[in-house]
Amino acid sequence: MERRTLFPGRALPAFLVLPQLAITALFFLFPAWRAFVESVRAVNGFGLNARFVGLANFAALLGSGTYRATVLRTLLYCTAVTALAMAGGLVLAVFADREIKGRAIYRALLILPYAIAPAIASVIFVFLLQPEIGLLTGVLKQAGIDWNYVLHGGQALGLVILVGAWKQVAYNFIFYLAGLQSIPRTLIEAAALDGARGWYRFRTMLWPLLLPTTLFLLVVNTVYAAFDTFALIFALTGGGPGTATETMVVKVYRDGIINLDLGGSAAQSVILMALIVALTVLQFRYAGGRERT
Amino acid sequence: MKRRPDYLAHGVLGLGAALFALPVWVAFAGATETAGAINRGDLSLLPRLAGLRSFIDVLGYGASADAGVTIGHMLLVSFAMALVIALGKIAISALSAFAIAFFRFPFRMIAFWAILLTLMLPVEVRIIPTYAVMSEFHLINSFTGLTMPLIASATATLLFRQVFLAVPDELVEAARLDGAGPMRFFLDMLLPVSAPNLAALFVILFVYGWNQYLWPLLAVTNGRLNPIVLGIVRMITTDQITPWNLVMAGTIWAILPPVVVVLLMQRWFVRGLTEADK
Repeated sequence: MERRTLFPGRALPAFLVLPQLAITALFFLFPAWRAFVESVRAVNGFGLNARFVGLANFAALLGSGTYRATVLRTLLYCTAVTALAMAGGLVLAVFADREIKGRAIYRALLILPYAIAPAIASVIFVFLLQPEIGLLTGVLKQAGIDWNYVLHGGQALGLVILVGAWKQVAYNFIFYLAGLQSIPRTLIEAAALDGARGWYRFRTMLWPLLLPTTLFLLVVNTVYAAFDTFALIFALTGGGPGTATETMVVKVYRDGIINLDLGGSAAQSVILMALIVALTVLQFRYAGGRERT
Repeated sequence: MKRRPDYLAHGVLGLGAALFALPVWVAFAGATETAGAINRGDLSLLPRLAGLRSFIDVLGYGASADAGVTIGHMLLVSFAMALVIALGKIAISALSAFAIAFFRFPFRMIAFWAILLTLMLPVEVRIIPTYAVMSEFHLINSFTGLTMPLIASATATLLFRQVFLAVPDELVEAARLDGAGPMRFFLDMLLPVSAPNLAALFVILFVYGWNQYLWPLLAVTNGRLNPIVLGIVRMITTDQITPWNLVMAGTIWAILPPVVVVLLMQRWFVRGLTEADK
């Protein structure tokens, strides 16, 4: 859609987009370009004498068992977080859409985690589950579970999945609730008159109507789990123990900033960019029908 | 129809609310406990009244890793950072959306797509080269470096563009008949009619700015510009013995501003979010 009424002039609009374009070029496009350049070069141990190595950095990455394990771990992480967060958001939204007392309070409490920083969510969960002093640690120990996520990789991975989902349920809840509320009441009442209730009504009526929301959220949650959980994982486990909770974004940081492997980290950046471009295109396709009026 | 309480709904929602609110409550109760009691593992779920002063004490407390920088100072940094990021994003996005929606100029669509590309380049995927650019421009450890790179916003530009495209032609023509130039129209008509969107966007962007972690981690290496989120995480990872009551008091301070903003402006925010992200 375009406007019919316009203002004349060329210099003014160019001047108005300039600040945004300048920041975009300097801090987004230029670094992205540099990542491409770095990804085909290798630097010696002193950070001098970079030379062109073609796709060697990529070949080294794809040939390394650690990187492949990281990719698989990221896949597992994204699937688990997305499934948990979306199912949680959907169930809560379906019940919050009913006319019950105190639903304003329930809603307020349920969207609370949206406002909490991912890194701070991790701090709270460290407090709850820290191996020595955590409140829940005591409960788990009494139940006979040897809880120590600092030592046991599987527990650490489970924990970052749970906290990742905990943080994201609020977002899905908001979208599912908005989706449910946009369904015309008359439609729901008509279905009720026909005797459609409970699970049957959900399965045959609400779920199909929520499908566009579900597809949209599927992409958004995957992007969230893959890219926006760096702070959460890094603050909670730092990627450890070992590499037990190292997802792809955590590995880029560890390899680039901590291990100073610039070429390898740049090649990983390029792979991540390809991934997020693909996901964003998907997102626009699914949201497109609704946005482009 | 007879009504009895919907026990199932209360059960599910109550369980959900507990799952999301209880951890925060435990953090609050922990803040009022003594550090010794927490380290022995005796944490009560009931806050100690006498312990409420941790919330004041913590403002003057500084983690030893960031010599001399207190939690109170970090809160101020966070406020400044979140405000500059939110207002900056709104300002430059509204201006560029105005240019793209209301003018025809060369490279208009290229500009639009360049802005959209930022959606696909979060900091997480370009950590090292962005850091390199920052240090070449001597922006490490500066407030400009902490905030300016985060001010570009594809989401806000898209939202404003959508709102501006929906403004009726009559309004624009009326303004022109009155002899209003483009900037007068922008300030006196376009911004006021977009007020609800501005409010919603402000909430989303304030929370976004306040909750940043990775960017400050890269852009700030001395404690002076640590925002609270980074400062709190440093408190649990660098200190030998963690003063848990103070960490939890700091945690509550760190979540309070975004939580208050979201709850107070809940209605606008929910509408803004569901419209902006689609």
